[in-house]
Amino acid sequence: MFITGRAWKYGDNINTDVIFPGKYTYTVTERAEIARHALEDLDPTFAANVQPGDVIVGGRNFGCGSSREQAATCLVYNGVGAIVAVSFSRIFYRNALNNGLLAIACPEAAAAIQPGEQVTIDAEQHVIRCAAGEFAFPPLSASVMGIVAAGGLVEYVKRKLAAA
Amino acid sequence: MSGQTFAQKALARAAGLDFVEVGQVVDARPDIVLSHDNTAAIRRIWQQFGQERVLIPDRIAITLDHAVPAPTTKHAQNHAEIRQFVQEQGIRHFFEVGRGICHQVLSEEAIVLPGQLILGADSHTTHFGWLGAFGAGIGRSEVATLWATGELWLRVPESMKIVLEGELPPGVTAKDFALRVIGDLGADGGLYMSVEFHGSGIEAMSLESRMVLPNMMAEFGAKNAWIAPDAKTVAYLEQRLKRRLEIGDWRLGAGTHSPLSSLQSLISNFQSLLSDADATYAAIHHYRAADLEPSIACPHSVDKVVPLSAVAGTRVQQAFLGTCTNGRLEDLAAAAEVIRGRRVAPGVRFLVIPASSEVLKAALERGYIQDFVEAGAVIGVPGCGPCMGNHMGIPAPGEVTISSANRNFRGRMGTADSEIYLANPAVVAATAVAGVIVDPREIGE
Repeated sequence: MFITGRAWKYGDNINTDVIFPGKYTYTVTERAEIARHALEDLDPTFAANVQPGDVIVGGRNFGCGSSREQAATCLVYNGVGAIVAVSFSRIFYRNALNNGLLAIACPEAAAAIQPGEQVTIDAEQHVIRCAAGEFAFPPLSASVMGIVAAGGLVEYVKRKLAAA
Repeated sequence: MSGQTFAQKALARAAGLDFVEVGQVVDARPDIVLSHDNTAAIRRIWQQFGQERVLIPDRIAITLDHAVPAPTTKHAQNHAEIRQFVQEQGIRHFFEVGRGICHQVLSEEAIVLPGQLILGADSHTTHFGWLGAFGAGIGRSEVATLWATGELWLRVPESMKIVLEGELPPGVTAKDFALRVIGDLGADGGLYMSVEFHGSGIEAMSLESRMVLPNMMAEFGAKNAWIAPDAKTVAYLEQRLKRRLEIGDWRLGAGTHSPLSSLQSLISNFQSLLSDADATYAAIHHYRAADLEPSIACPHSVDKVVPLSAVAGTRVQQAFLGTCTNGRLEDLAAAAEVIRGRRVAPGVRFLVIPASSEVLKAALERGYIQDFVEAGAVIGVPGCGPCMGNHMGIPAPGEVTISSANRNFRGRMGTADSEIYLANPAVVAATAVAGVIVDPREIGE
């Protein structure tokens, strides 16, 4: 699995309220509309310009705050290929993987990648490539990788229930 | 073999294993799965599984609290869909609009017990550590998965120990302590960890004060947080369980320990789940209560913590007392004490929203609500209020709010161009009176 796109780089403690504001959580339900509000209070240029495969690069504690899953799905619906960060807040991390969105904790790559540059992620070899070089990241556990490979937790559980 | 932490013991129990190691990934079976206004969205995910019935209805607890009563037609449709689901599935742990905030209500109803595992589609599910349970937030797809299969993967976390020695000085609260810890160690200081609170300062705290600590640890990156239950905890739960028995309201889930033969065995389960004295901790931090002072978290991050004196004089347009962090009776009591016989400052709105109907009733009985109304405050329906910007007190652009909540991210209360300061309840009330951030011990007549 290869992911290639431009880097959108942000700082530390990017929280779920700026990724997907709480005021939309019970009323905005359509994919396109959820996508339109992505990063609304952080980077108003993002939703209109992001391209499929683009990679978000964050600092420490990316996705802190609410458990709202739209913080992950609003990025998936925009075609974001992966998130590379120094570290992730745990619920966001689960939500990303559970929606088939690779969340990679790799402090070296998160520091090296420059805004707007081309980034390639080889999910099978566990390597991130950017202008500054190659950065290895630790593989996910087999069961969690199974969830990502299935396209997310819902698909994974569907298959499991069907097989039972 | 060294001793085990609470997290190890609780997750071993929930996974049906004798022993688990830190870092191990287990398939855990929670005793209770929490959701709220997000239940309709979870139901739509769950329907993709093609099931007609959820696996165990009595393990599901649903509270309508995030936008109550419904502020718009869309919110009302959302609630209607949830009520339909509750009826269809025979879910008995359902709490209507106005009953209160999920974490407060499930605590009052003794639905979660010491040592049990509660997973919730709400980041502040860490709250239930106050009574010695393992509470952790999860996503909507995960709740749907639990409705369908009853189990979910969890990694056994490292543990951090925070020790508080001595009793808090007058005017200093559990909120100030929590803010101080987060300010010192950062919003990711407890990332992925099980945070345990120990020490004489914790033992001396009221139960309502203890509730603040695990609740706030969601802002510390913690997976869960934990306080050892003691006689006070047991008395609280026992009384509430007895009352439920008396009124025939026996709705406990079919957990690992069911059928539950006696209250005492139920509550004393936790004894075997206490952390061992020789358990291994990733870090241990010591605090002396006497060194603490009223603290404020400044916009737009909960770890931008300063002593109250550093921001005294900052003008506010709104003061908000409430939420799962600080909307309980002792919080209202502290605020009423400050505001009794005084008036809310011109140009300031003071919103008071009790965390539950039980809190509201007790505050009425004790005259606090009258104190607030006479001072010019606004009383809201028990629930989350404007905490996450749904309704009931959204600030205008450029306005400043002082709040007793747990989160002050940009846009949190619904307006990106506004600022939120977090403080303890007495400071919120004093600021409502003065119109500027002020130490309650320093306001004049």
